[in-house]
Amino acid sequence: MMTTIHAKFDLDYGEFRLNVDLALPGSGITVLFGHSGSGKTTLLRCIAGLQQAPKGFLKINDEVWQDSEHGVFLPTHKRSLGYVFQEANLFPHLTVKGNLQFGLKRTGQIGVDLTHILELLGIAHLLERMPDGLSGGERQRVAIARALALNPKVLLMDEPLAALDFKRKQEILPYLGRLHTELNMPVIYVTHSQQEVAQLADHLVVMADGRVQASGPLSETLSRLDVPLAQDRDASTVWQVRVAGHEALYHLTHIAFDGGTLYLPSLAAEVGTPLRLQIFARDVSITLQEPIATSILNVLPAIVTGIADDDSGHCVVQLRLPGTAGVPQSVGNQSGRVGTHSLLAHITQKSARLLGLQDGMSVYVQIKGTSIIN
Amino acid sequence: MLSSADFATLWLTFEVASLATLIMLMLGTPLAWWLARTRSRFKGICNALVALPLVLPPTVLGFYLLVMLGPKGPVGQMTSELGWGTLPFTFPGLVVASVFYSLPFVVQPLQTSFAAIGRQPLEAAATLRAGPLDTFFNVVLPLAKPGFMTAAILGFAHTVGEFGVVLMVGGNIPDRTRVVSVQIYNHVEALEYEQAHWLAGGLLLFSFTVLLVLYSALKTHPVAHQLK
Repeated sequence: MMTTIHAKFDLDYGEFRLNVDLALPGSGITVLFGHSGSGKTTLLRCIAGLQQAPKGFLKINDEVWQDSEHGVFLPTHKRSLGYVFQEANLFPHLTVKGNLQFGLKRTGQIGVDLTHILELLGIAHLLERMPDGLSGGERQRVAIARALALNPKVLLMDEPLAALDFKRKQEILPYLGRLHTELNMPVIYVTHSQQEVAQLADHLVVMADGRVQASGPLSETLSRLDVPLAQDRDASTVWQVRVAGHEALYHLTHIAFDGGTLYLPSLAAEVGTPLRLQIFARDVSITLQEPIATSILNVLPAIVTGIADDDSGHCVVQLRLPGTAGVPQSVGNQSGRVGTHSLLAHITQKSARLLGLQDGMSVYVQIKGTSIIN
Repeated sequence: MLSSADFATLWLTFEVASLATLIMLMLGTPLAWWLARTRSRFKGICNALVALPLVLPPTVLGFYLLVMLGPKGPVGQMTSELGWGTLPFTFPGLVVASVFYSLPFVVQPLQTSFAAIGRQPLEAAATLRAGPLDTFFNVVLPLAKPGFMTAAILGFAHTVGEFGVVLMVGGNIPDRTRVVSVQIYNHVEALEYEQAHWLAGGLLLFSFTVLLVLYSALKTHPVAHQLK
């Protein structure tokens, strides 16, 4: 993976300390995930220069934005970045157009064609309006457009959906999803929502207590047993797949990934359409022999790669599908950016003992349900 | 009706108040900006010093200014050495005294509106490539416009209404330091109640109108609304 963002910060507030050393990919969406107080927003603000870590090093592509050892600290307004705040933070005294042009005037790009961005975010009809008269969702879309318009080297987003209700979130998420395919700038996105992680992340950084717990391609990181996410009731893995065909008779859609085929309830999507498929650990069960007579359509061979017990009688089993061989597929491969095809299964500890599950065992997984994200 | 001497006092009052307001805005803006954003331990002291004229009898302030600016005071000696003479009983002295007296009426509304803007718009501006000065003139000033209106109007109106400080520092010299409030006092002393009525009534009407305009304008101003 070609790393183009290197961020290293040490900042001590006494009761809270941020101490990270991260290498992040120079393309796609990196999600900083963690609970409140985990330091994810502080990290983002350090990257933006809105907060200055006394000890820090930050390099974006070949540009050094901070190097405390050599007394380098580029102030925020000299950094080529876009920042989307939790609250849209539009200038109330300017129209939507005025807000969009604010940065363009200062970078000498005033004549630049914004048609594409206006279309991408669906705000072309709002240009003459004042921010006061916009809905929360519209305001946030304008804020995203305002940041994108400058065509920055990196786009930073601090929980851009947190202040919106469910309906508004659903209104914006598709626009954010399009950032994957439509933009080539790296995005660093802060959230505490697992749904947004599953929907948006290519690369996932899990933070806790000001430190990085895990950092890697989405699927790999989601299935790591040493990260508390895998123990969560909503633990899941996300696969990048594509539509392979339709079986009209049974109202099924065939989904292809490089470890095999899955059957899903009929989807209104053309053959070849790339999709994100989320598989919850609670929907995966394990058998030792290939089940011959089962109502479950999706049965795949898999290899146990790890088991972790919790303290309530359950355990998480980590599995890998053969044929995907653990090779990270994030290298320039658009369709496989989220990584290897790993799976998590939540089963009872009793079942695990009865089956005698161990690392390296070949088993079969039955997938009772999946959800298509986009 | 009003005599030409009365009109002279009106004009002089207008001149003092305008000049003092201009100076207060220039001094008060950076001061209020600093007070609104600093975490310095001197903030409390500075706030208290600025607010002092609100509670101090004007004669007390006038007395100290007179001593400071007079020939034996530190400021008076400095102005003498600079060849400017001493300030008491002169027009510039009157303006200086007015600035001290009315400063809280300018600083406090500015400070409040600067504080109400918060750090968010400033951060947004920085992420959109605006440097600190650029941000101040193109984001802070427009957002703080109601604060500036309030500050200018209150500063002006309060200077028009001063009496004690004027009498102590300015005296009662026709065409040079005799302002309306002093002239009213003169008329009353001389039992010229009719002229006192005209001036006093005029001042009353002026002050009421100013406040009425201020409060109704602020209620409807979109940015003021935003700041609440």
